[in-house]
Amino acid sequence: MSSSPVPTIELTADLRLREVDEPHSLVAHFGPDEALRLDVGVDLAPFTIAYQTYGQLNGAKSNAVLICHALTGDQHVANVHPVTGKDGWWETMVGPGKPIDTERYFIICANVIGGCMGTTGPASLHPATGRPWGLDLPMITIRDMVRAQAMLIDRLGIDQLFAVVGGSMGGMQVLQWAALFPERVFAAMPIATAARHSSQNIAFHEVGRQAVMADPEWRQGRYFDHSIRPHKGLAVARMAAHITYLSDEALHRKFGRKLQDRAAPTFSFDADFQIESYLRHQGSSFVERFDANSYLYLTRAMDYFDLAADYGGVLANAFKGTRTRFCVISFTSDWLFATSESRAIVHALNAGGASVSFVEVETDKGHDAFLLDEPELFDCSRGFLDSAARARGLV
Amino acid sequence: MSTRVDLLLISQMVAAGTRVLDVGCGDGELLRLLAETRQVDARGMELSQRGVNDCVAKGLSVIQGDADTDLIDYPTDGFDYVILSQTIQATRHPRKVLEQMLRIGRHAIVSFPNFGHWNIRWQLATRGRMPVTKNLSYSWYDTPNIHFCTLRDFVALTQELNASIERAVALDANGAPVRVNAPWSFWNLFGEQAVFLLKRRD
Repeated sequence: MSSSPVPTIELTADLRLREVDEPHSLVAHFGPDEALRLDVGVDLAPFTIAYQTYGQLNGAKSNAVLICHALTGDQHVANVHPVTGKDGWWETMVGPGKPIDTERYFIICANVIGGCMGTTGPASLHPATGRPWGLDLPMITIRDMVRAQAMLIDRLGIDQLFAVVGGSMGGMQVLQWAALFPERVFAAMPIATAARHSSQNIAFHEVGRQAVMADPEWRQGRYFDHSIRPHKGLAVARMAAHITYLSDEALHRKFGRKLQDRAAPTFSFDADFQIESYLRHQGSSFVERFDANSYLYLTRAMDYFDLAADYGGVLANAFKGTRTRFCVISFTSDWLFATSESRAIVHALNAGGASVSFVEVETDKGHDAFLLDEPELFDCSRGFLDSAARARGLV
Repeated sequence: MSTRVDLLLISQMVAAGTRVLDVGCGDGELLRLLAETRQVDARGMELSQRGVNDCVAKGLSVIQGDADTDLIDYPTDGFDYVILSQTIQATRHPRKVLEQMLRIGRHAIVSFPNFGHWNIRWQLATRGRMPVTKNLSYSWYDTPNIHFCTLRDFVALTQELNASIERAVALDANGAPVRVNAPWSFWNLFGEQAVFLLKRRD
C-alpha cells in the first residue's frame, strides 16, 4: 500500500495505450456501412468492440450470457488482466461451477463504447485524423452502449440472450437491454443499480470530472498531444469515487483511525492514516489502467441515464408486456445505489405483471459488495439462473 | 417433512397452467408444490427478507412485500389466483387485503384458523383466559395474530365483498376434512381451520 510510484505509472500507461489500439481480447470491427446511430443523433462509423468470451455456445445458440461491466470495469471478467496482472474482476461469480457457469453457458463481456480497453472511445484513433478522438467523440449514453452490444450479438449470430447480467453501470445496461430488446433477453439480473442516476450520484460524478479537468495536464482533453496524462486529477477522482463504493461501517472496521507505518501522527500532510494511504494507492493504481477522458464520458453516460424519462415518465411502461424474468439484487449498506432504487424497479416490473424476484443481501461492504465474496449473492444468482435455465430448456 | 394438509388442499383448488400469486409465501413450500404439481406460473410475496432470499436461492420468483401495503402495486387481473394462507389474521386490514386479492386475481384462496372452534370457545368459557392451542400457541401479548375471525365471520365478509364461495373446506384438529354436507354451524364448531376458494362476481 505504498503511495504513487511515479515511474511505474509511465511504464504501464504505455501498456494501457497499447490496449486501446491492440487489445488482448477478441475484437469486432464495424465498417463505414455499419454505423452505430448514437443518441446525440450522430452516426459513429467505423468503430470497434473489444470483447471476451468464456465457455461454448451451444448448437441452438440459446445459452449465451451477456455480462455488462461497471464504470471502471472492462471485458476481462474471468481472466488475468493484461495491464494489472490481477484476476478478472468477477471471478467470484463467473467460472467453472460458479453461479455464471462457464461449463454451462457461453459468456460474453464487451468493453463499452466510450471505454479504453479496445472498444472505440476517446483514447481511440479518429479514423479521419489518425489522432485520438479526445473530446471530439460524441457524447455516449447507456443506450448507445447497449445498441453497440446488440450489434456484437448480431455479429455472433445470437438471436436471444439467455441472460443479461451486470452491476452498477452494468445494471443500468441490463435494464436498458430489457426495455429496448425485450424479446432478446430471456432473463435479466440488474444488481446494485438504479433506473436513473440520482442527484447525489450526479454530484459525486461532477466532483470527479472537475478534479480531472482542474489538472493542468488535462489540457482541455488533448493531453495526448503533449505526451502527458492528467494523473493527479484522475487519481483524485478515483479516490473520491472509491469512498462512495464503501460503507462507513466497512471503512471503520478495516481502517478505523489506525496510523500507517508509524507510531504517532507526524503533524504534517503526509498520509498518516491508513485510510489516506489506501485511497492514494487506489488512485495511483487506477490511473495506470484508465484513460481520463474515458472516465469523463462514462460518468456522463451514467448521469444521463433515466429510463422512465424515455417512456413518458412511467418506469412501468419501459417493461410493459415483457416476458423477461428478472432478479433484482441490492445490498443493505449500499448508499450509492440504495435498496430504495431497486425497490422502484421492482414496483415498476410488478405493475407490468413481469416475473420478478427481489433480493436484498445483508452486508456491510457497501456498493462494492457486488464484486466481493458474498455467499448470499451467489446462492440467489445460482437459484435464479438455474431455474431460468430449466425454463429455457438448458439442462 | 410432510406437506401441510391445508397446502395440499389449496394446491388442489388451483387449475393447472394458471398464474398464481402467493401472498406471505414464507419459505416457498406452497409455491414449489404448485410449480411441481400444477405447472403454474407461481410468484410469491413475503414479508421477511430472510424468507425471500431463501425462496430465490431455490429458484422461486419472490419479492419482499407487505400484504397490507404492497398489493396495491399489482395490476388488476394480473393473476388467476391470489393465495393467502394462514396470514389474513395477522394483517392490519383484512378486509382491504381481501379486496385487493379479488382485484388482482379473479379467484382468491384464503386459509385461516377458525376462532369459533369448540376448543377455543371452551377455553374462553371455562377458564376466562385467551385461548392457547397447539396451532395457536402464542400468548395474547406476543401474538402476530391481531384479527382472528370465526368461519361464520369470514363467510359474512365474503358476502359484504360480493364474492362467491366456490369451495369451502374445514379441517378438524387432526387435519381431516369436516363432512361436506354438514351445516355452517357444525363446521364453525368442529373446523379448526378453513380453506375458502372465492370468486369475484363481475
